Amino acid sequence: MIVAERKPLDEIIGFIKDCKKILIVGCNECVTVCYAGGKKEVAILASALKMAFLKEGKELEVKEVTLERQCDQEYLEEIRDIVDEYDAIVSMACGVGVQFMAEKYQSIPVYPALNTLFMGGAEEMGVWSERCQGCGQCILGETAGICPITRCAKRLLNGPCGGSTQGHCEINKDVPCAWQLIIDRLKALRRLDDYDKLLSIKDWSTERSGGPRKIVREDLQQ
Amino acid sequence: MNPKTPSKLEKILASGRLAVTSECGPPRGCDGDAIAKKAEMIKDYVDAINITDNQTSVTRLCSLAAVIRLKLMGLEPILQMVTRDRNRIALQSDILGAASFEINNILCLSGDHQQFGDNPQAQNVFDIDSMQLIQTVRYMRDEGKFLGGDDLEKSPQMFVGAACNPFADPFEIRVRRLAKKVAAGVEFIQTQCIYNLDKFELWMQQVRDKGLHEKTYILAGVTPFKSAGMAKYMKNRVPGMDVPDEVVKRMSGVDKDKQPEEGIKICIESIQRLKDVEGVRGFHIMAIEWEEKVPEIVEKSGLLPRPSVS
Amino acid sequence: MPCTGRVDVIHLMEAFQRGADGVYVVGCLEGECHYLTGNLRGKKRVLYTKQLLDEIGVGGERLEMYNIAASDGPRFSEVAREMDEKIRALGPSPIKTMLQKIHVDDLSIHV
Repeated sequence: MIVAERKPLDEIIGFIKDCKKILIVGCNECVTVCYAGGKKEVAILASALKMAFLKEGKELEVKEVTLERQCDQEYLEEIRDIVDEYDAIVSMACGVGVQFMAEKYQSIPVYPALNTLFMGGAEEMGVWSERCQGCGQCILGETAGICPITRCAKRLLNGPCGGSTQGHCEINKDVPCAWQLIIDRLKALRRLDDYDKLLSIKDWSTERSGGPRKIVREDLQQ
Repeated sequence: MNPKTPSKLEKILASGRLAVTSECGPPRGCDGDAIAKKAEMIKDYVDAINITDNQTSVTRLCSLAAVIRLKLMGLEPILQMVTRDRNRIALQSDILGAASFEINNILCLSGDHQQFGDNPQAQNVFDIDSMQLIQTVRYMRDEGKFLGGDDLEKSPQMFVGAACNPFADPFEIRVRRLAKKVAAGVEFIQTQCIYNLDKFELWMQQVRDKGLHEKTYILAGVTPFKSAGMAKYMKNRVPGMDVPDEVVKRMSGVDKDKQPEEGIKICIESIQRLKDVEGVRGFHIMAIEWEEKVPEIVEKSGLLPRPSVS
Repeated sequence: MPCTGRVDVIHLMEAFQRGADGVYVVGCLEGECHYLTGNLRGKKRVLYTKQLLDEIGVGGERLEMYNIAASDGPRFSEVAREMDEKIRALGPSPIKTMLQKIHVDDLSIHV
């Protein structure tokens, strides 16, 4: 899922400081699961912003809505009738939702309440980590199910580098060395000889540097 | 092995003689003289000089410019190239730039993460890794083509090297890793500096078992300790460094003003012992910010005179 | 509440939003939670809310969690006094001050 976290409050306050009425919109999917922008977080942000404004002698009217997803037209449509009443929308969705919202409701400023970080999953309750960089040409079949593009800080395809120390990356003790993980997994699979194969230079044209990506499924278009 | 390039370093190694290389770090400014001065200090004691490439991700005068300067001084430089800062377009371009000045040696590296340097907020590139860079240089040289497939008007005659760390984790795959680099086409190796001679000899045994010592020239890396503090720092704070307790003890057991001398002694003793290790074809002396000691180390290790090569 | 594990951030926020000068959350002694770890979860949420209150400028020190055995009456009143003194020293919450001001202003309009 997409993992995000709330921006510092003063940054959000900075966006809406001249507003009197705002609409905070949450999202029921990824950001709910990582406790960043779901219904509960919308309520907490609403309370926090109201208090922050009150402290300065100003009042802030806040409407709280949580949509199933903000990356889908049909759900964004649900707030069409109320949107014009507000000075701004604060979206607690990931960057995708914020943009879809802004594209749909062009006459109202839409501000992001979150910093979207990565595609990842929960290692345990309260801990999420990155697993996929969306390179567009998945090599997990060749690297024993561990992605070196995402989990190696240097995205080496023929690692580890000389900085790998006791199973962790040179940049941080808390970051496991992706290549150590791959080697351990190959050993567990009794396929350590696969390590000897040189992985070839990657075609990066399908990742970000090739330009914004798009998929069109003609069989599904209406 | 017959030399394939005009590289002086390759010729010396191919002749069966022990080679000696050292390195210089470029300045943190545009004073070209600074690098020339360092090179002057060591030129008669080494066969080739590495110029580091923004080492530790600290921005410095580029390796390419510095090696050109050295070449114009009549010296034999080794262009160090990391894949951290440049994509394949720039890498190929710089290789051609170096080759256009008849620079014949390149050391292919990944590079330290930018977190360690003066621009931790920078993007890194890593379009290709060090092994793929080795393949790239060989491809340009031997196939006479760009990576993209077009023909090169004139191909770079580079002797291709890489680094190797017998002490990094995981130890068990370090030999496999060397084998991979050999498969990629590496022709010479400079190892990380060696303090744990027993472990190095063990690694070399495994290297010989795979016949790798006959497929690539291995130069043993050595670095003299300036102080006990330096020994402790390298032991505890530098990833991939193996400094045995006895060595640290030996440095600490001597008065502070005698420590530099002791460090050099240890370095010379290491070289003498490493000379007898089968498969070691030379030495890479890394005297970081202590280049003035290289002449003494080379001399006292019995590595003089250096051969003259046409 | 059956357990401090039921305390959620929004409950604490709303108390301050309505003008509370201070809030204290009292749970069972650590290791003796009737629901095993409820009081530990409660503690984490209290800590999170304290940070939020700091960010807003209301002051995280106005919110505290205490662990007291259900039978320990004397400790309970001790804590109550402690909290009372602490909050008095901090003065009224800036939210309350503003709410009162707005209320007064509203009244003055009617007059």
